Amino acid sequence: MSSLPLTQNINEQRDPVDLAAYEKNHGYEAVHKALKEMSPADCLQEIKDSALRGRGGAGFPTGMKWSFVPMDNVSEGHKYLVCNADEMEPGTFKDRLLMECDPHQLIEGMILSAWTIQADIAYIFIRHEYHLAARLLQEAIDECKAKGYLGNDILGTGFNLEMYVHSSAGRYICGEETALISSLEGKRANPRAKPPFPQISGLWGRPTIVNNVETLCNITHIIRNGAGWFKSLGLGADSGTKLFGVSGRVKNPGCWELPMGTPIRELIEQHAGGMQDGYKLRGLLPGGASTDFLVEEHLDLAMDYDVIGKAGSRLGTGTMIILDDKTCPVGMVKNLVEFFAQESCGFCTPCRDGLPWTAQVLDDIDTGKGMKVDMVTLKNQVRFIGAIGNTHCALAPGAMEPVSSAMKYFAEDFETHIKNKACSYCKTNSSTGGA
Amino acid sequence: MMNSKTDNPLQATSVLTPAELAEIDKEISHAPYRAAVAIDALKIVQKHHRWVSDESLNALADYLGMSPAELDGIATFYNLIYRRPVGEEVISLCDSVTCWIMGYNKLQQHIIKRLDVGLGETTDDDRYTFLPAPCLGACDRAPVMMVGNELHQNLDEAKIDQILKVKSSTSDVNNNGRQE
Ligand SMILES: Cc1cc2nc3c(=O)[nH]c(=O)nc-3n(C[C@H](O)[C@H](O)[C@H](O)COP(=O)(O)O)c2cc1C
Ligand code: SF4
Ligand code: FES
Repeated sequence: MSSLPLTQNINEQRDPVDLAAYEKNHGYEAVHKALKEMSPADCLQEIKDSALRGRGGAGFPTGMKWSFVPMDNVSEGHKYLVCNADEMEPGTFKDRLLMECDPHQLIEGMILSAWTIQADIAYIFIRHEYHLAARLLQEAIDECKAKGYLGNDILGTGFNLEMYVHSSAGRYICGEETALISSLEGKRANPRAKPPFPQISGLWGRPTIVNNVETLCNITHIIRNGAGWFKSLGLGADSGTKLFGVSGRVKNPGCWELPMGTPIRELIEQHAGGMQDGYKLRGLLPGGASTDFLVEEHLDLAMDYDVIGKAGSRLGTGTMIILDDKTCPVGMVKNLVEFFAQESCGFCTPCRDGLPWTAQVLDDIDTGKGMKVDMVTLKNQVRFIGAIGNTHCALAPGAMEPVSSAMKYFAEDFETHIKNKACSYCKTNSSTGGA
Repeated sequence: MMNSKTDNPLQATSVLTPAELAEIDKEISHAPYRAAVAIDALKIVQKHHRWVSDESLNALADYLGMSPAELDGIATFYNLIYRRPVGEEVISLCDSVTCWIMGYNKLQQHIIKRLDVGLGETTDDDRYTFLPAPCLGACDRAPVMMVGNELHQNLDEAKIDQILKVKSSTSDVNNNGRQE
């Protein structure tokens, strides 16, 4: 049993393992075990006991999420399992690795998940740009069909499962799970009101579970090796391992599987090789573009959901973005907000009209046109746009997280921009475009 | 489910080619109703024509049993459905946060000069359309861009020159990125 299960088959230098090689390394043993020896209720209990939390950003307990799927007589219609492979949160590059380097691991996890909730149709909703991953997944699905792991009467158990790869047509909002469902139905990707929750009324009004790629990959190993083993992998309160990443001006940016609870410092200094020569760390977004900044004083914190939460940020996707001392914090936040403003689905006013306004205020400050009152405007925008419940989905509050934390940690940068009517980073590192 | 063969309206079958119709029908075969494949169908049409013209859109709407306005509302929501002509290949340069930190802006200016093409425009020889792209999920190799279906990473000016030169003088696949 590998202590780094998710990447045990992964070698970026070669093609991913095919079905035969995957099976040789215990692949699909969990499918044999679950379908023949475990009831869906047994599997659900195992997932609950494992304390697995969703790896898509919100960290919701997977077992609990699944427990809301109706399991009594629903034979008159379909149930759906959807893999969220949209991966569009800026700074996130982990699901690509899992899909490009070990597609069978994801498919095995999806078969097990579908068995647990008794779904008969599964979709992999993948962003358009991941052509290679989509092709490899389709090839792996075809191999599974030929071998009888997918299709009708899987392993003679009477369980049927069809699996489709759906390649998206763009837009970050498709990653939000109810917007994703709208998009899979062929519509504009507007999020939906909850309740009803997708577990009850999701895709085409039927019970639907949406999970992140990495979450589903973990299912393979939890069923194979047990909940107790999975819990023992984490260093702190959270169980399992995680794909952590570091990008920005570090010596060795990348993505590594490490135990949950690995300290931030270890990630940056050991795995990412520390800062590039001539650059110092000023801050970081721990889990993608929509998480609050952390700074130097947080470096010894464990990358655990609750630890990072208590520090005022979110673990998010676990792939961090480093702000160095030669990059303008105001410019960085402007880039982030411009992304979110562009990607607003337009459904609700605070987000559709508010985010472009925030981007405008940040641009004014960044380009030396800012006034003191702009800081008050920004604070109000954080208050109104950033509050959960003021908008129809979490995109807009997520967008405001780096804004409010940047104003807290990099206040003097905002002030100098306004006072000097210029960006002091522009000389060394154009704030409108990095180095 | 409606039978796709007998419901083929004349207009649709005269604009949409048999190859496109066959691919669209395959999608319809596992969808609960025809309009459910709207996005897949738009992508199929685009795959064959590089973009989705009004003529194609109208025919497709007809074929899927939707109004053209409804289908256009969907088409224009998604940034990777092109409702205007594009060149042979689309250059998508990531402009999100890590690529910004790593200096995509300079590269954007470089491409604009090198190809004499603005953002959203197509080169005179119809070879490239230059578009900005949100994070391409390769931030550890920033700055990155895609040319067609190929990802190119750890970019600098010299590398971009090499990629665009190779691409415009021969049809050889270069080895700069993972390929598809
Ligand atoms: C604007 C927005 C974008 C999102 N994008 C993604 C995404 O690309 N991939 C993903 O797995 N989850 C994304 N999520 C989170 C999903 O809504 C959902 O929580 C997740 O897919 C659930 O899977 P999990 O429980 O396995 O984490 C996004 C959420 C929001 C609000
Ligand atoms: S918050 Fe933004 S993305 Fe979410 S529903 Fe409102 S407009 Fe759409
Ligand atoms: S920010 Fe450019 S690839 Fe992620």
